[in-house]
Amino acid sequence: MDDPLIIAGRTFRSRLMIGTGKFPSAQSLREAIAASGAEIVTVALRRVDLTRPEDEGILSAIDPKKQLLLPNTSGARNAEEAVRLARLARAAGLEPWVKLELTPEPRYLLPDPIETVKAAEILIKDGFVVLPYIQADPVLAKRLEEIGTATVMPLGAPIGSNRGIRTRDMIRIIIEQAKVPVVVDAGLGAPSHAAEAMEMGADAVLVNTALSDASDHGGMARAFALAVEAGRLAWRSGLGPQRDAAEASSPLTGFLFASGESPA
Amino acid sequence: MSFQATMEAWPRERVEALYAGITPADVEGALSREERSIHDLAALLSPVARPYLEAMAREAQRLTRWHFGRTISLYAPIYISNLCAADCLYCSFASHSGSRDKRTTLGPDEIREECRALAALGYQHVLLLTGEAPRIVPVDYIAGAVAIAREYFSSVSVEVYAMDTAGYAELHRRGLEGVTLYMETYDRDMYRRVHLGGEKMDYGFRLDAIERAGEAGVRRLGLGVLLGLYQWRIEALWLALHARHLQKVCWQSALSVSFPRLRHTPARFRVEHPVSDPEMVQLMLALRLFLPESGFNLSTRESAAFRDRLIPLGITAMSAGSSTRPGGYAIHREECCEGMAETAVLEQFEVEDTRSPGEVVSAIRRAGYDPVWKDFDAAFAPMQLG
Repeated sequence: MDDPLIIAGRTFRSRLMIGTGKFPSAQSLREAIAASGAEIVTVALRRVDLTRPEDEGILSAIDPKKQLLLPNTSGARNAEEAVRLARLARAAGLEPWVKLELTPEPRYLLPDPIETVKAAEILIKDGFVVLPYIQADPVLAKRLEEIGTATVMPLGAPIGSNRGIRTRDMIRIIIEQAKVPVVVDAGLGAPSHAAEAMEMGADAVLVNTALSDASDHGGMARAFALAVEAGRLAWRSGLGPQRDAAEASSPLTGFLFASGESPA
Repeated sequence: MSFQATMEAWPRERVEALYAGITPADVEGALSREERSIHDLAALLSPVARPYLEAMAREAQRLTRWHFGRTISLYAPIYISNLCAADCLYCSFASHSGSRDKRTTLGPDEIREECRALAALGYQHVLLLTGEAPRIVPVDYIAGAVAIAREYFSSVSVEVYAMDTAGYAELHRRGLEGVTLYMETYDRDMYRRVHLGGEKMDYGFRLDAIERAGEAGVRRLGLGVLLGLYQWRIEALWLALHARHLQKVCWQSALSVSFPRLRHTPARFRVEHPVSDPEMVQLMLALRLFLPESGFNLSTRESAAFRDRLIPLGITAMSAGSSTRPGGYAIHREECCEGMAETAVLEQFEVEDTRSPGEVVSAIRRAGYDPVWKDFDAAFAPMQLG
């Protein structure tokens, strides 16, 4: 089944993206990346020193031939900081892709919509492919799409919370309205959460803590990959919407037609 | 909005009454909840919670891993001055401590030498420290030191005397990430008893200092009490109230908590409220359950064996290979030699964990954690010239 994910004209076979923070070692991260089949791996620029080669850090776990290294601005509190960070990464030789993370409050790491829009405008003009991490806000998603972001990445629940998709109703609207890929990011704590996002019609998901916290990183990464695939297949296969009420047993509009006549 | 109002609403008697009413059911309730109140924290800190230490440890580990992953950040202290105008009974830097060891303030080139030595070891996060001498070691000097350190490290924090907002703003402008300022003790009476000289005698000015740092834009605010000065259970509750207050008022600043335990004090001071290992662990675990997203720092005041045991219990940052005397990394390394006592540069406290950074990194890895040298980027705190 040919069902690629296309972001900014670039084709990916995997719909599972992974984050690289919180792993106990570069080796465990390497195992998770390999087992996940992920082709987009995001790295917090604040955690790496792009000017120094690494033997055992996060960057050493990423194979540029197999994975796109997607730098993220995690830790930035405003547009200015995020823009500065993205430009430094590009100057250091990374591709001009950036996952915008603008989280001014350090407890729940919730994204700042105002600063995210500001930074996206600047970076897009500057030639960056921008993938913004956002609150599950359908209007904000449309606004960012209009500015020219390559995706929108609404959160399912606060980062690292393992709570699954708590923003279901809003994510549903975002998916329904989006013209760019929708990546559900943050809060997905179990493969079933990832499957649920894909069944809803999300184009991809991003997972980190659930993998880094597992005792078998490769095993958990594989489980997520399977869940993403299953959810995607279910959505493509016409998974029916779940109904809140039972169907009425006798037709409500039968009176409009003579007996035996079909409404069609 | 000052924290002083909260302190007035929570006098010692109210805290004691809270502890007096704790039952095992309160502890179990506190353990089972996701969002924990001050009452829950009191339950976890109380003597009643002692049989629940293992359950608390498991929850603390789970929460820490969710928020920080299996990582431990590394930092190093750089003492840039040991001049001190304050007279704190418990401290070796105190003006009347009786020590004849040398007092010094590092010049710019000496600071550079120290920075170079630490950067060569891999450090990216450093903490600059001074004594309490705002007149002879002024804000401008510290701001200059921050700017120098920023040439070598991605994150520079300070642990210095309490300043006014303008002072913190100046440090922030020069590229500072964090301010650590221990209240030492939140108990007003004890504070008065142990702080006998200098500007540090002003309890209120110190209490509000960390909030002023937040107002000035400082991103990381470090809290702590000097364990051993006063009853740790009461102190911990006040510290937690302070943390909650700061989370509301300085909502863009991250909090971290340190657990400095008084060990070797000058001869004139006896530790009246010593904190045992199990008590220290209970304190850390209870606070972790109350502040799951705060950084917890552990310095080399603690022994190597104890520090290693604490890695999986909620610690998120450790110092290693520390020297607590100015020039201790590059300039006055010969302090170990016999017969040097008369001329040695005064250190603040004796380091218990004397392992090298490499040895501590190995210990962190053995515990199944990833040692993190860099967790901040210069792009977040650009230096402004001048």
